[in-house]
This record gives sequence, C-alpha cells and structure tokens, in this order.
Amino acid sequence: MKSYLFFVLRRLAQLIAVIFAGVTAAFFIAHLSPVSPVESIIGRVSGQSSYSPEAVEALRQTLTELFGLDVPLHEQYFNFLGRLIVGDLGPSLIAFPTPAMRIVALALPWTLGLMVVQILIAWFIGNIFGGLAGYYQNSRSLKAVGVVAIAIQPIPYYIVAFLIVIVFGYLWPVLPISGGFAMNVRPSFTPEFIFSVLHHALLPTLALVISGIGTWFLGMRALVSNVVTEDYVTYAELAGVDQRRIVTSYVIRNAMVPQLTALAMALGLIFSGTVITEQVFAYPGLGSLLVRAVNGGDSAVVLAVSCVAVIAVATAIFIIDMIHPLLDPRVKAE
Amino acid sequence: MSDDLLKVEGLKAYYQMNYFGVRREVRAVDDITMSIRRNEIYGIAGESSSGKTSFIKVLAAAIRPPMRIVDGSVKYEFKGLAVDVATATPEQIEAMRWKHLSYIMQGSMSVLNPIRRIGRTFEDFAARPLGLRGAAFRQRVIGHLERLKLPADVLNAYPHELSGGMRQRVTIGLATVCHPEFIIADEPTTALDVVVQKEVLGLIREIQQDMGSSVVFVTHDMSVHANMTDRVGIIYAGRLVEEGPTRQMFFAPKHPYTAHLVASLPRIGDTAQRPALEGRPPNLAEPPAGCRFHPRCPLAVDKCKTEVPPLVDVANDHRSACWRSADVQPLVAPQAPQAARGVMA
Amino acid sequence: MFSVFRDLIRYNLEFAIGVVLVTVVLIFAGLSFVSPVDPITIYAAIPDMPPSAQYWFGTNSRGQDLFWQMTFALRNTLTFGLTVALISRVIAIAVGLAAGYLGGWVDRVLMFFCDIFVAIPIFPILILFYFVLRSDMNTMNLALIMASFGWPFDARLIRSVAVGLRHREFTRHAVFAGMSAPKIMLEEHLPYVMPIIFSTAMANMIWSIGLEVTLAVLGFTNLNIPTIGTAIYWANNHSAMIVGVWWWILIPVIIVVLLFIGLFLLAVSLNEYIDPRSRLRRMGA
Repeated sequence: MKSYLFFVLRRLAQLIAVIFAGVTAAFFIAHLSPVSPVESIIGRVSGQSSYSPEAVEALRQTLTELFGLDVPLHEQYFNFLGRLIVGDLGPSLIAFPTPAMRIVALALPWTLGLMVVQILIAWFIGNIFGGLAGYYQNSRSLKAVGVVAIAIQPIPYYIVAFLIVIVFGYLWPVLPISGGFAMNVRPSFTPEFIFSVLHHALLPTLALVISGIGTWFLGMRALVSNVVTEDYVTYAELAGVDQRRIVTSYVIRNAMVPQLTALAMALGLIFSGTVITEQVFAYPGLGSLLVRAVNGGDSAVVLAVSCVAVIAVATAIFIIDMIHPLLDPRVKAE
Repeated sequence: MSDDLLKVEGLKAYYQMNYFGVRREVRAVDDITMSIRRNEIYGIAGESSSGKTSFIKVLAAAIRPPMRIVDGSVKYEFKGLAVDVATATPEQIEAMRWKHLSYIMQGSMSVLNPIRRIGRTFEDFAARPLGLRGAAFRQRVIGHLERLKLPADVLNAYPHELSGGMRQRVTIGLATVCHPEFIIADEPTTALDVVVQKEVLGLIREIQQDMGSSVVFVTHDMSVHANMTDRVGIIYAGRLVEEGPTRQMFFAPKHPYTAHLVASLPRIGDTAQRPALEGRPPNLAEPPAGCRFHPRCPLAVDKCKTEVPPLVDVANDHRSACWRSADVQPLVAPQAPQAARGVMA
Repeated sequence: MFSVFRDLIRYNLEFAIGVVLVTVVLIFAGLSFVSPVDPITIYAAIPDMPPSAQYWFGTNSRGQDLFWQMTFALRNTLTFGLTVALISRVIAIAVGLAAGYLGGWVDRVLMFFCDIFVAIPIFPILILFYFVLRSDMNTMNLALIMASFGWPFDARLIRSVAVGLRHREFTRHAVFAGMSAPKIMLEEHLPYVMPIIFSTAMANMIWSIGLEVTLAVLGFTNLNIPTIGTAIYWANNHSAMIVGVWWWILIPVIIVVLLFIGLFLLAVSLNEYIDPRSRLRRMGA
C-alpha cells in the first residue's frame, strides 16, 4: 500500500511538471506573435466605421487592460498562470465577451467523448484480434486481417476521415457526415437528442477506429509472438492448462501490459487525430473550435484550447498510469 | 505391469526448417533406444546442443514444428493409461499431462506467470487433473505446500514477491501436487546459488521417495548426477552413447566421452592438470560419419570413422556404444563421489 | 550492408513491396526536374479535363496539368519529410546516446524532457504556431517545429540500446584507452543504433508528412507552395468532389497513401530484421 502511494505521488509530480511545461510553452508561443490582439480588434472595428483618434486610443487602452497586456511579459506570464488555475483566460474574440474558457468547456465533452469511445473500441478490439493473430499464426483469416491492417495503419487520420466523408457524403449517403446532432433537435436530455448525438458520432468514431486500430493490432501481434516463447507460456502448455485460459490469462494479459504503456505514450497523437477528424466532420469539439478560432484571429480561445489540450492529455496519461498496477503487479515495486 | 514405466525405441526426432530459402534438417535425436524404470531417478547428461533438450521435449510430448518425430516410439505405461507419444491423439496427451507426467523447468524466474497469483496458477495447472475445486482443492494444495515447507500464504503472492529458492520450491510443488508417476526435471538447479541448490535437490529426492515416482533428471553438471541419480545416460550429438548405474559410470566408464566428463569433475586435493577435450560438439545438420565422437576421441581407429557403433551390453545393466569400450580407462583415479546414490543403495 | 539489402529484397515480401513503392514514388517526384510546365502557373491548360492520353492525371479547375503538378507537390512533400526526419534524428541520437551512455542524472533529466514532449499534443501546438507565424509558416519553419517534436520516442529507443552498449567489453576498452565520451558515443556506439535510425526515420516521415498534409488541407501552411496537402486544399476549395472533378482529390490521396504504405513496409521489415523481438509502437499514429 505504501509503495502504491509512492507510485501515485511520483506520477502526480510528473503530471504537474508536464502541465506546467506545456502551458508555459503555449503561453510563450502565443506571445511571440508580432500581431497584437488589441490592434487586430481595432483594425477590424475601425475598418467598419470611422472613429476619432481619441476614441481609438481609449479603446486601445481598455483592450490592453482587458487582455492584461499593460504589464511586462514576465508579469503577464505569472498573471496567466494565476488565472489559468481559476480557469480564466480572458474573453473570446469571436464570441465576445463570453470567456474563452466557457467556449472551450462547451467543446471539450464532445472531444473527450469521441476520444474515449474510440480508444476503448480500437484498443480492445485491436488487442484482442492482434493477440489471436499472434497466437494462431497459421490462421489464414487472421493473416488476411494483418495485411489489411498494414495497408490501413500508415494512412493518417485526416485522409481516412476524408475518404469516409467522400464515401458517405457522395457515394452512399446513409449517415450524417457533419455536426454533432441534428439541426432540428434541441440539446437536452431527451432520448431523441441522445439518439441524434449517437447517430452523428457514428462516422467520426468509425474514422478514428479505422485509423487507430491497426497500430494496436500490429503491436499486439508482434508482442504476442514474443510472449508465446516465454517460459511461463511453454510451461503452462506442458501442464495441459486449458488453451483458452493460456491465450487469455497467460498470453494476452501479459502482452497488454506494454500495450497500456504504449497507449499512454500515444495519447498525445490520438488526441491530435481526434481533433483533426472532428474538423473534417464539423463535429462541435475542440478541433472545430480551434480552426474557427484561428480563422477568426481569436488568440484567447487558441491559447485556451492549447492549454486545455495539454491538461486533458496529461491527465488522461495519469489515469492510465494509475490503472497500470492493476494490470501488472510489478509496477508498484519498481 | 512391467518394470519399465517408459520405453523409447529407435526414436528419431528432427528439426526440419526452411530458413531464407534453404532447407535444413537438424537430427537432434537420432536413433535413441532406452527405458526408464518405476521409482528411479534417471540422469541425462550431455553438453548444450547435444540434443538432450530435444530428447526431453519428446518425452514431455512437447513436439512442435519445426521438430517432428521421424521414426520410433515413446511408450509410457501409466496406471490405467498407456500412451505412445509418437502416435497419441491430443486427447490422450491431454489426459496424461500433469496427472501422470509433469515437468520441472529450468529458470524459476520465468516459469511462473508474472501477473498471476501463485494460487491461481495452481488452479490452472492442477484443478483439472486432480478433479477438485474450491475449498477441497485449496486444502489439498495447502497440505502439499506444507510438505515442501512453504507457508499457505504464498498462494496469495505474485512470483516477483518470492525469493529465488521459494519460487523454485513453488514450481516443484506445482509439478508434484498431482502425484505424477513420471517427472521430468530439466536443469532445475542451474540458475540457483549453491546453498539453495542443495536444498532443492534434497527436496526433489525426498518427494520422489515419498511418491515412488520416476524422475528424469537432466543436467550437464556431473556432480549433481553423482549425488542424485540411480542411473545415468550420456547423450552425445543426438545419440545415447552410454548408460548404466551411476556408480559404475563414475568408477568404470565404458565410453571415452563419459570418461572425459567424469574426469572433468573437480575433486578435493586434486592439483593435476585435467586432460582437455579437443574440438567442439558436431553440427547436427551434418554429423560426422561413423561414431560421431571420433573426431575428438583419443582412442579413435579407422573403423570408428566409417561404422556406427551399436549400443551393446558391456557389463550388468551397463551399455555403451563404442568399438573400443574394452580399452576405455578412467582418466583419473576413481574416487567415490560423495554420497553417490548408487553407492549408498 | 549491400548483402543485407539483397537478402531482404529476396526473402522478405514486405520489404520488396516497400522498396518498389518508394522507388516508384521517388522516380515520380524526380520527374519534376524535367517538367515542361511551371507549377505556379495557372490556366496553362484546359481546366477540368479527366485523365486522358494527353493529360495522364487530368487537369484541375485551375487549369494545371495534374501529372506535372503532382511531381512538384510530391518533391516538396518528400523534401519536407526528409528535413524533419534528418533534424529530429540528430536530436534523437544526441539525446538517446547521451542519456544511455552517461546515465545518472543526465539520463534522468533528458528522459524527463522526453516524457514531457511525448505528453504534449502536437496538433494544437502546431496550430498555435501557425496562429502566430501566419504567412511565415513556410516549409522550413514547419519542418523545424515538427522536428523539435519528432524525436522523443526514438530517443528513448536509442537510449535503451545505448544502455546495453555501455556495459559491453569494447566500451570499457575504449574508456581505458582514454577515448572521450563524445568520441565513444559517435565512433563506438553510433554504428550500433544506425539500423534503428533508418527504420524510425521512415516512421517519422509518415508522421510528419501526415501532419503537413493535415495542416495544409486546413489552409494552415503557405498555400502557394505545391505539396500533396495544398493540392487537396485547392481541390476542396474548388469543391472538386461536388463538381465531379474527382481525380483532383483522388490522385493526390492515392499517391500519398502509396508513399505511406511503402515507407511503413520498409520500416516494419527493417525493424523485424534488426530485432525480431522489438516492435514499432508509434508508426505514424
């Protein structure tokens, strides 16, 4: 128990370090910008109608204060950290004056939902079939699955999503290819709304699962073909242990341990893939928000999305690390 | 019921593989005939890559491609079950495993599933052959562990939580909990330190005497053979070259290779330079003609290079495959191996 | 080295297919050097012509011959991928060998940074860079940014090999002979990790080109440089699918998919050859 506590504390320290480093990087990248958000608003406003120089100057001052740009960069940085802790990154530009964080908070569940469902499906199915393919190496149908996996696996998220949109948008339009729910349904906890959400989530999830499953299938197949040569598997086979038991509890369970580590390491990439896929399907998550914010020049939202992305991925990695000792009792002892 | 529990006749088991487009055939076990009696410890000795590992894989019915039994038979005569490994159905093999035939593997570090509690491993291995479940099964296992001086709570432990010696005792417990008639022990002490080694050897012998099982004990360490076994068989290049009671093998070897192995044992107060064996064990893909030992043999004559010597009786219960077995002399003065079992009996 | 290559081609089907695909793609990209048309010029040909004997890949709505257009796009995309792979290999080698050989706190600090870089989702960061750099987001800048995120997996892999090398006899000899640490790493250890560097370079190219295509399609790169990504961007921009100019989208997609599969097969088979027990867990995910 004590060793588990130590394990948790160490991972927690790592979590905080990653978040800190990530948001710091995001802050400084955002402030490298030669274009000041204040000037871009003023440019937009004064482009629409003419104002007196005094009015423009007053607006500039107000905006500078609002964005917290009236102090030196390092002070801005500490202010940023302080405000990030309470979840306030200033007002959004495209939806002024709604706080950027509120907009992000509205988009986040869509992204997280898509990500969790897709990982659960792709990881488990990929691992189970990869495990079987690694154990039953002479099975023809599993070999065929392997060839398909090798062909699909290297194709990036964007292209897969794009091809699915083409297929279901132009060739065989049976499923919705855009949005998070139907236009005529009001967001509420009604069966109708939930059905609409699931209906719209089908294709994005399919695209993500297709993109992701090959990695797990191939990785698991390679792992299992190593695990089957381990002494404990040979020994169990010599003892006549039930074959299904060997495949599940001896081979696949052991190979899943490194696959879980791999999942933690791949989360950043998976998150990026989810965000990209969302954009293709105009799914109302962080990806679409990010693209809209960039096109609208909304620095507060872009920075907020980046920070939330860093925090979300780091936290997800932390959660996976916490599951790790359940799968592998040796982890705690390290 | 005959005196022999296992009869191996004319056994040939080859590895046939296709590596980078080239066909290769490795004759790992090439025409071995021998038998193992009830209630004895039979030692198998030989260098690495002599084919002894392949031989015991066949005995354990663990034949997997690219290995194949090409010829011969491996007949077990268990109580109520007769099996020929060469022709047995998967069901017969299944019925034999662990209930009648079990295995102690080398490397106690890696033979236990690292993410499974010991108790679950016992269930996986022994519940079916014992035909017990739940509390009755647990009671039986705990009783057996007590005999091995293992506390009952090892059942709740993971392998990495046990010491090396304890883990090896657990694997011995696993292999013996069903009271099998035949146990294959494959280098069970190789990776252990000397003190633990002695303890484990004592344990295996104790259990064997208790249950009256037959044990095939494989090790390249001749001093372990001297301490443990009733009879020893020497395997060289896929062939059984000599077999006999342990005491005779050590005092009066009838094959030059055995004489060399015995001579290489360290002895107390011995300062003489030991004669080294020249050369390497042959490549089993292209074994030499005639006696396979002839390129390294100090006694070799022309006949040895062309004609394969048969395994023939050279003394009571003692067989050797050497054209010049009568001329084989012990390379060092015989000295009683400490507490050789053959001597004590 | 050559005999290894020959054996792989002869006996490893995956490697052979990979070599064929990558060679075809390279030759195609090489054709850009003899192209009769300028890739920037628009309306030089009749727009929206389907593939034919005259225009093998058809023409697009901007009046460009897609065949020659694609040769340039592929060349630029490959150059970008190679640049990222090259720079990130240098970082990965430096970090991996130093962490593995020096060990101790150097190892811990470097691996800590590794963990941080692994955990940061790159896509939002890239967008953040684009947001700041805008039109300065050219191929070189993008390559530099991607390279600075493309090393940590491979640095870890190299480190694990270097840790093993540190305890080998020849390393101790080198130390006794008075070789300096950088010299030992570069002259004694680098050759051992070269195969890993080759196979991870392929995986790295899949990853970087995939992201470049994504960014370009969203319009977040310099759109005047023809790449596979910008080709798809312009096709989308002209609603190619809706107006029925399907080849404008399909051809760049097919080319890039062939490239990816080729690179992936090379990486996988090389990796199996280097170390049958190892696995590639990241492969352009």
